[in-house]
Amino acid sequence: MLTLCHALNSGLRRAMEDDAKVMLLGEDIGRLGGVFRVTDGLQKDFGKARVMDSTLAESGIIGTAIGLALRGYRPVCEIQFDGFVYPAFNQIVSQLAKMRARTNGRTSLPVVVRIPVGGGIGAVEHHSESNEAYFAHTAGLRVVYCSSADDAHWMIRQAIAGDDPVIFYEPKRRYWMKGEVTPEDEGPPRPLDRAHIVRRGSDVTLLTYGGMVATCLAAAEAAAEAAAEDGRDVEVVDLRSISPLDVRTIEESVRRTGRAVVVHEAPTFAGFGAEVAAQVMTRCFYSLEAPVERVGGFNLPYPPAKVEEEYLPDLDRILDAVDRVLAA
Amino acid sequence: MSTSNIVRSPAGSSTPSPANPFTSTADLPRAPDGFIQFIAPDGQLRTDTDVDRDALGRLTRDLYRGMRLARRLDDEAFALQRQGELGLWLQCRGQEAAQVGSIAAVRADDYVFPSYREHAAALWRGIRPADLLRQWRGVANSGWDPEPYSFHIYTLVLAAQLLHATGYALGVQRDGSDTVVVAYFGDGAASEGDASEAMNIAATNDAPVLFFCQDNHWAISTASSSQSRTPIHRRGAGFGLRSEWVDGNDVLAVYAVTSALTEHVRSGGGPALIEATTYRMGGHSTSDDPTRYRTDSELEAWRAKDPLARVEALLRAEGWSDTAFLDEIQAEADELADRTRRECLALQAPDLADAFATVLADVPQLLQEEHDAFVAYRDSFLD
Ligand SMILES: Cc1ncc(C[n+]2csc(CCOP(=O)(O)OP(=O)(O)O)c2C)c(N)n1
Repeated sequence: MLTLCHALNSGLRRAMEDDAKVMLLGEDIGRLGGVFRVTDGLQKDFGKARVMDSTLAESGIIGTAIGLALRGYRPVCEIQFDGFVYPAFNQIVSQLAKMRARTNGRTSLPVVVRIPVGGGIGAVEHHSESNEAYFAHTAGLRVVYCSSADDAHWMIRQAIAGDDPVIFYEPKRRYWMKGEVTPEDEGPPRPLDRAHIVRRGSDVTLLTYGGMVATCLAAAEAAAEAAAEDGRDVEVVDLRSISPLDVRTIEESVRRTGRAVVVHEAPTFAGFGAEVAAQVMTRCFYSLEAPVERVGGFNLPYPPAKVEEEYLPDLDRILDAVDRVLAA
Repeated sequence: MSTSNIVRSPAGSSTPSPANPFTSTADLPRAPDGFIQFIAPDGQLRTDTDVDRDALGRLTRDLYRGMRLARRLDDEAFALQRQGELGLWLQCRGQEAAQVGSIAAVRADDYVFPSYREHAAALWRGIRPADLLRQWRGVANSGWDPEPYSFHIYTLVLAAQLLHATGYALGVQRDGSDTVVVAYFGDGAASEGDASEAMNIAATNDAPVLFFCQDNHWAISTASSSQSRTPIHRRGAGFGLRSEWVDGNDVLAVYAVTSALTEHVRSGGGPALIEATTYRMGGHSTSDDPTRYRTDSELEAWRAKDPLARVEALLRAEGWSDTAFLDEIQAEADELADRTRRECLALQAPDLADAFATVLADVPQLLQEEHDAFVAYRDSFLD
């Protein structure tokens, strides 16, 4: 059993052992091991040239990672908190995402941008944002979310091994959640862009990712306990990769259950759930028993910590949406 | 030199500051290290300039009071965090001289853009403890109305405020006002692109802005020596700003150099920069473990340069303080700590429903629908 945080650390370590071109850069990732300790001990073992404490400059981090990648390295950048990626936004969306297309497919930029994401830990402003929709909207980036220790361990390695730039989200409220990690030599390598049905059910599909996966599982369990009376058998799909989106798994699940609820932390307005709902509508329209529901944050700047629990989707709000689609 | 140098007292009421005994930076004394220093670490006054001793005594007592109160507030907030009453606190312990010395030297209507650790400066401007703690208790995203204090809300995204300050200064310039804009930032923030852009824009436009860098040696775990190979004041000079380097643990030196450079900016000399060398004696925040990256001996060496102890030694050596004065400050600090605690505990969580009205000037239909659905949903639990 490892925490998600330790699983990431072990994934990074394996990736660095496997490929000498892999290097890490970010603020405070060296001796401190990052503010969440994801890179703990790596500088000690791999040296300062491969685990670089960067100056306090996010545009600088991503821009130099692009240069390193052009020179054949595989940089893994750490952005300290979700709300501090914006100074690097230009480098990410104008440069990192577009270089392959601009060079007619000749140039790969295997850069991974790790971002602790989301709320639920009582942080101050700019430390709880869900900004996946900005990056999912940018062609040329892969955008993935880990949600468990096992996924974190292999997804970070897949992200580093691939030739595309990856925005790699780590739900910070799950850093300390423990889970089994599959040993290295067991099973085939898992592709980075496959969704995962984490709980089977027949009545409704919860489509979710990141920090909300555990919340949705808890909601499904709560619904199952009450199943004797109202028969709610909830399926939970962890999308894992939101760009590209594994529409095949979504389609397969929703066709079976006939109902879908999309759950994420970000505001629902122009949030990633809108894309998922549209895909479901187009692909599964004739199997749908009810309109697709979305559960997410409100269209407000992330609120102060004392009221974040009201802002974030919780069991009740998810089950409420489940009730609505089942009543339809 | 400005004579209408009115500053607000920490209690929120305005008190006239003592006459400024300093005239220019040309004759400011320098320590062997090269920075401007008045009070040697042992409390000896290092000046042979013809400053008015009485005025200097009065000034020193005022500044000392501001520093003592700030430290008391900081300690109380730290305790409140440890008791679970604040989610987070960023201590300013060790930086009182840099903050009080600079804020006391500018006019009360000079507009300040702080970063997020400028509690001593904020307190000097009369901002109430409750307003200072609000954000860190998690009941609001910012603490106070900037207007009455000419003190903007905190900025957590590093260096962003330097551009705001520059823009504000361009406005001041266009208005023909003699306001000076002051912007605080750290040695780490200086590495952000925004910092360089701000200094360059200010310089090329002669914007009336004073950049004040507190080099407290650490940006979380990154030493300022690995943040930058050139001292910040040299960088400022490179952009074309009038730049000075000061001992940031010496409140008189900070006061003097800030007075001089504010005057330079006010009189149309263009933007300026002060690099104050100081030390953050606590962790980066209450979530930080500084033992991971810095040594006890480093901390001890800086404890010996404590900005408060230094003024105390000076006050004693010059005969500027007596028991009555120290008792009075003690009582005031006790009262401040008490008020800080009381006001903190009284801070209640906001109503999330109210947030919908604060996002845009008018509430659009979809947002109104979200609001109504939220309220209806929440009320469904009440009965
Ligand atoms: C754009 C941005 N990146 C990262 C952070 C996270 N962070 C908060 S404070 C800090 C260190 C800042 O150091 P410095 O500017 O020297 O100021 P100090 O905290 O020492 O007062 C970091 C990295 C942030 N707030 N904003």
